[in-house]
Amino acid sequence: MELCDLDILSLYQKLISREITPLDILDSVIKRIEEREKDLNSFITIDLNLATEMAKKSLERFERNLTLSMLDGIPIGIKDNMATKGLRTTCGSKILKHYIPPYNASVVQRILDAGAVLIGKTNMDEFAMGSSTENSAFGPTKNPKNLEYAPGGSSGGSAAAVAAGEVICAIGSDTGGSIRQPAAFCGVVGMKPTYGRVSRYGLVAFASSLDQIGPITKTVDDCAVLLGIIAGYDPNDSTCSNLTVPDYMGFLKRSIKGKRIGIPKEYTVEGIDPKVLEIFEEAMERLRSEGAEIKEISLPHTPYAIAAYYIIATAEASSNLARYDGVKYGLRIENSDLLGMYEMTRSQGFGREVKRRIMLGTYVLSSGYYDAYYLKASKVRTLIKKDFELAFQEVDVILAPVSPVPTFKLGERIKDPLSMYLVDAYTTPANLSGLPAISIPCGEIEGLPVGVQFIGRAFDEGELIWVADAFEETLKGDSDGI
Amino acid sequence: MEFEPVICFEVHAELDTKSKLFCACPNAIAEGPNKYICPVCTGQPGVLPVLNKRAVELCIKTGLALNCKINPKARFARKNYFYPDLPKGYQISQYEEPLCQDGTLMVPLKDQEIVPVGIKRVHLEEDAGKLVYPSKGIEAAPYTLVDFNRAGVPLIEIVSDHERNPITSLELAKAYLENIRQLLRYIGVSQCQMELGQMRADVNISLRPKGSKGFGSRVEIKNMSSFRFILEAISYEMKRQEELLRQGQEILQETRLFDETKKITLPMRSKEDAPDYRYFPEPDLVPLDISEQTIQRIKEEIPELPWAKAQRFMDYYELSKEEAMVITREKGVSDYFETCAQKVGDKKRLYTWITKELFRILPKEEIKLEGCAFPPEFMVDLIRLLESKRLTEGLAREVMDRSLRSGILPGKVVELEGIQILYEEEGLLEVIKKVLGQNPEAVQKVKMGQINTLNFLVGQVMKETKGKADPKIIKDLLVKEL
Repeated sequence: MELCDLDILSLYQKLISREITPLDILDSVIKRIEEREKDLNSFITIDLNLATEMAKKSLERFERNLTLSMLDGIPIGIKDNMATKGLRTTCGSKILKHYIPPYNASVVQRILDAGAVLIGKTNMDEFAMGSSTENSAFGPTKNPKNLEYAPGGSSGGSAAAVAAGEVICAIGSDTGGSIRQPAAFCGVVGMKPTYGRVSRYGLVAFASSLDQIGPITKTVDDCAVLLGIIAGYDPNDSTCSNLTVPDYMGFLKRSIKGKRIGIPKEYTVEGIDPKVLEIFEEAMERLRSEGAEIKEISLPHTPYAIAAYYIIATAEASSNLARYDGVKYGLRIENSDLLGMYEMTRSQGFGREVKRRIMLGTYVLSSGYYDAYYLKASKVRTLIKKDFELAFQEVDVILAPVSPVPTFKLGERIKDPLSMYLVDAYTTPANLSGLPAISIPCGEIEGLPVGVQFIGRAFDEGELIWVADAFEETLKGDSDGI
Repeated sequence: MEFEPVICFEVHAELDTKSKLFCACPNAIAEGPNKYICPVCTGQPGVLPVLNKRAVELCIKTGLALNCKINPKARFARKNYFYPDLPKGYQISQYEEPLCQDGTLMVPLKDQEIVPVGIKRVHLEEDAGKLVYPSKGIEAAPYTLVDFNRAGVPLIEIVSDHERNPITSLELAKAYLENIRQLLRYIGVSQCQMELGQMRADVNISLRPKGSKGFGSRVEIKNMSSFRFILEAISYEMKRQEELLRQGQEILQETRLFDETKKITLPMRSKEDAPDYRYFPEPDLVPLDISEQTIQRIKEEIPELPWAKAQRFMDYYELSKEEAMVITREKGVSDYFETCAQKVGDKKRLYTWITKELFRILPKEEIKLEGCAFPPEFMVDLIRLLESKRLTEGLAREVMDRSLRSGILPGKVVELEGIQILYEEEGLLEVIKKVLGQNPEAVQKVKMGQINTLNFLVGQVMKETKGKADPKIIKDLLVKEL
């Protein structure tokens, strides 16, 4: 096994015991990138000079026993919708192809302050709109397990890079499942923390009330490490919570005996692939055999989640993307008049899916339609939140499939937006309700990974790490070495 | 049939805060374009707004001074439209839940009647930047520049009511604007310097038959940069609408622009072309949560308002209504008056000395009397010298001039320069005898009973003594001599 295939904790042990240096890890990662990146296209921008500088600085810190965190010297990938000062941030879009931010996102700053080695910016669906990373202006990312298949999306680049060992861990963003679903499709761990747990300052907004940044890692342990570094109060984000961040490592290696785990009956009815259902039921049994109490619960408004999600998300997106007008930065297509410049810039700068969502969002906010769409969707959102509140009176965490279908071939769904939207059916409720959820691999269908997710109470990521870690433990020994 | 106008103002005033509404950039006049800008106020991808607390307080303060209800759970909303000076493609404003609603401003008119004007709402929003056209002019120039110094400066919008106590005359419209401006300056919310664009107004006008409660089609007039233009525009628009109505024609609901040179309004866009702003709640800011204590504290910050102060000055210092209005127009002047009034006997004399003598010699910019070069203690000293008859009015003027120039207390000036009134024993009698000798004809007339001529002789003596003698003493001595 190469260094690039190890997790953060194992590498940390080797680093502090002076068995290896950060440069060794970087070399291993570079070698893997050279082998696989041409096929995978996980990255939009790779800056190995910068990475080498960072690894050298990290080495100095190790030599002087001044390491900054468990992430010190660890190669990381950051989704290309988070601002990196001096390093271009494209959001997977032609309109920001040459955009170089003048500032760092708060999350990026925390990661740099922790001593991590930034390898580059990972590929994504344009403006995080998509479930397959096929909507990137920089070409699709391939699933490392099978190059014919999609890695999921929109954080497909981050998930694929972690799964392939091009980085040790990565940061993604999740608006409707964009961390959990690609993590599941690539066979890695991905968490969407509670809305407000991680600062959104510097995350290029898709849907402001739904977007949340989170870790993509090889193990639940690593998820705990990375979450501990990125979580916490930020005065630059008014929606960011000032609740103290617990030591997430303290939730590892615990028994789940007596844990009450809810299974929402609405998640296993229509539309679910029988093989996905089979793996899901296996997961349930594993938990039961560990002493957890499995209870059926009801989240009755689940069927309306997708509709509400696509109204709220597109409405907010239509407004958030208005700033790409060719005036201040990014692409500008010159024209003889102002309106012409706007139209040409935006029609050439945005891809099809982005334009589709801007139009949808503009429509649902229009005078005369607001009440019927946006307002109604907001009410549904409140009902979905209430569903969860009631459920959490009876259970500690909720177990659900990540996606009703296993990953699909590239090109298979891209022509039919609706079928693509339905892939998000089980992930959007956590975004609408703001709740934390973690996706973890639990089996394979024809060599392609399938995941399950645990959804928890607001700001109770610790509980999710507890349960997911114990669940992960049950998989060891019978997997092919994920 | 007689018509009456219904006039509604949307007054915008820039708040007098240290920093902008959503970032830490200074809210100040910059030396050159794009000096006070940052990622937030230029709408870089990924930035988030952080609300300026002081701006919220100043908006509440305005609401309280206008007797509004304060909404402690007020929210911000996005107003979406494209314009190059609007960096995000939307303006953060307030829509359904403004900070202040349903107030009243008491407006004194010339004929001393006091009229209530309904205030519909006062809300907080951000200003846009400015477009800068090359000197060749807008048509000839191949480009336009944008200056974002003003982008994000906090504004309040004060909307007068069209239903409850609307403005129904040009006279009241004028008085309303003047009183709003005076109020905002009084409570320290805005400097309201129109020439700097710190105060701007849009106006809605419709006509209805006098006595009717309905409303005609309204016309909005935008883009007026001074009180005079606003009133000229209203006046023109009233005539235009009345003529159309008398010809039996309909008024189109539309937005018009005022041509400042031709003094006419011209169509800008019709109701059908009105933009759809697609307002929705701002997801990047949480709803406000303003405590009763905060509102109470802000209430206590509000100084006595002009009209209440004028009333008190009338009662307490026995000023006439007109005098009271004049002296309370500017807070600085009323403070000056009040500081002095407590230490001198004759308030009318004080009033005259401030409004006639002091205003006469002060440079225009010091007329607010804040930090003026002739401070209240100087005025008190001067009035006391007059009251104790140590100076004549003429001498006092001279002393004031010297005192202002040298910064020396009037009493000290008198002492140092040996200025004093001429009395009988100090040679006044000799001057009188001289004057009588020079004017035998006048003496004759007085003796014949032409009392008016006595005043002529008093004047001659005054002239001869260069104002150093008290006219009353002169008169007495003249009578005695004759």
